[in-house]
Amino acid sequence: MILEVEGLTKRFGGLVAVDGVSFEVRRGEILGIIGPNGAGKTTLFNLISGVYKPDEGRIVFDGEDITGKPPYKIARLGLARTYQVVKPLNELTVRENVMVGACFGREYLDLDSARRVADEVLRMVGLMEKAELPAGKLNVPEKKRLEMARALASKPKLVLLDEVLAGLNPAEVKGMLKVIEDVRKRGITILMIEHLMHAIMRVSDRIIVLDYGKKIAEGKPEEVANDPKVVEAYLGDPSLVLR
Amino acid sequence: MRTIAWLLALILILGFLPIVTHDVTLRETVFLILMYVALAESLNVILGYTGYVSFGHIVFYGIGGYVAFVLIENYGTNIVLAMLLAGAFSAFVAYVLGLAILRLRGAYFAIATIGINEAVKALVTNLNQLGGAEGIYFNMNVYRPYGGAENAIWFAYYLMLAVTVAVVLVNWKVKRSKFGLGLMAIREDEDASLTLGVNTSMYKTIAFAISAFFPGMVGALFFFKNGNIDPESAFHLTKSIEMIFMVMLGGFGTVSGPVIGAMVYERIRGLLLVSFKALHIAISGVILLLIVLFVPRGIVGFLRERVPVLRRYFE
Repeated sequence: MILEVEGLTKRFGGLVAVDGVSFEVRRGEILGIIGPNGAGKTTLFNLISGVYKPDEGRIVFDGEDITGKPPYKIARLGLARTYQVVKPLNELTVRENVMVGACFGREYLDLDSARRVADEVLRMVGLMEKAELPAGKLNVPEKKRLEMARALASKPKLVLLDEVLAGLNPAEVKGMLKVIEDVRKRGITILMIEHLMHAIMRVSDRIIVLDYGKKIAEGKPEEVANDPKVVEAYLGDPSLVLR
Repeated sequence: MRTIAWLLALILILGFLPIVTHDVTLRETVFLILMYVALAESLNVILGYTGYVSFGHIVFYGIGGYVAFVLIENYGTNIVLAMLLAGAFSAFVAYVLGLAILRLRGAYFAIATIGINEAVKALVTNLNQLGGAEGIYFNMNVYRPYGGAENAIWFAYYLMLAVTVAVVLVNWKVKRSKFGLGLMAIREDEDASLTLGVNTSMYKTIAFAISAFFPGMVGALFFFKNGNIDPESAFHLTKSIEMIFMVMLGGFGTVSGPVIGAMVYERIRGLLLVSFKALHIAISGVILLLIVLFVPRGIVGFLRERVPVLRRYFE
């Protein structure tokens, strides 16, 4: 197990955004997280990456209890993430953006080594031609790739992808799925939130479903898609999903 | 490399002019220019690289001035040691304050720094040991170890030149280091930097301490040369605004920007003081507004964007 989450709970005033969620992520797998809007998916990511401190529960990453640790320490242990609303460092170049990931990530590299890693990762996600541009000048699909590149440059063991496919056209989705497959081939475990059903059903080994902060289902994509609770909460007609 | 070479050449040539010509008026002008350059470059570390608008940054200049003044007047400390201790004390104050107020972002941080400057000013004004509102004057004997007042002033001038060179070198080093990359990441998006592994609170606090160290030394030299110190001139908020003006005019977050901004501002200020007297701050304010609206990256940023060939010379 690379990640164990036990009874995780986060409240915002009267709202329980994440409610006693437990699950495990196996080394090397792609675990998808789905759920209607407001189900608590991004909050769950914010808890795991240390942005929020949980009110209850425990998070163990690679054998180490990371509950309540600051985000930068968690990042250095090898847990990287992307943001649903992209956060490029606009005035820095694309290469410098990726270097930040490499410099302060798991390997904590010096500038020269970080530059080499950055170029390698930029080639992998197909942003090498834009390396010298300020990140603010990229379009949305490119910014999504940049988020991905920055996370990968930190040489993570586990990467949390928050809707990296949202807002992309079908060709771009294809390209990004290829990148995701490449990442997995490198032995990096992936935990991903996605709204694009056909895509997440295809790439995930297992899927968990959140609704109103609670985990309502877990299993292989086809099992989840046919689970009556999931259908009721979210999917509507299962035949649409498995088309 | 080219940037730092011509910057240092410029500062050294300018710095040695009064020494070679032995021109006292020129020395006063250059002392002021060097002081502006050093203050602007100091502020650049926290404002330009890290993106935190330290509006009351002059507080560190005032604190340094008082620390050195008291050390020299009461304990006969040598100006070099007094200057270093003044810088260290300012940096220490910034470090401690930073742990508290660097949690604030944007306008809240700026307002907190103004509050600190005013609070320290009020404190010093009410401390009789520090001369209260009247301030303190040197006993003329303090200049004796340097061979009289005139020689002491020359000595302060050499030290100001050394401090200016040092602060420019530090800016250049920071800009090209991993530390600097972390600071600029914080400037662009603090939340993203934190999840990318940057220890943001430590980085910000160290940056704030560095940017307070040099104003502490500059304050020590200025008031040593001046011979008296009082709260009104030590914690003068207008000087703070001038520092921000110089950094924005030249181009924040670059090594050469604040140097150019300081030199241009010193000229503008001279012209405005002659023709408009009291209005010079008002006019500077209007210019600042125009810069922020139309050339947000200042002279250097503008040149870098329009004339790519010059980029190597204007880092």
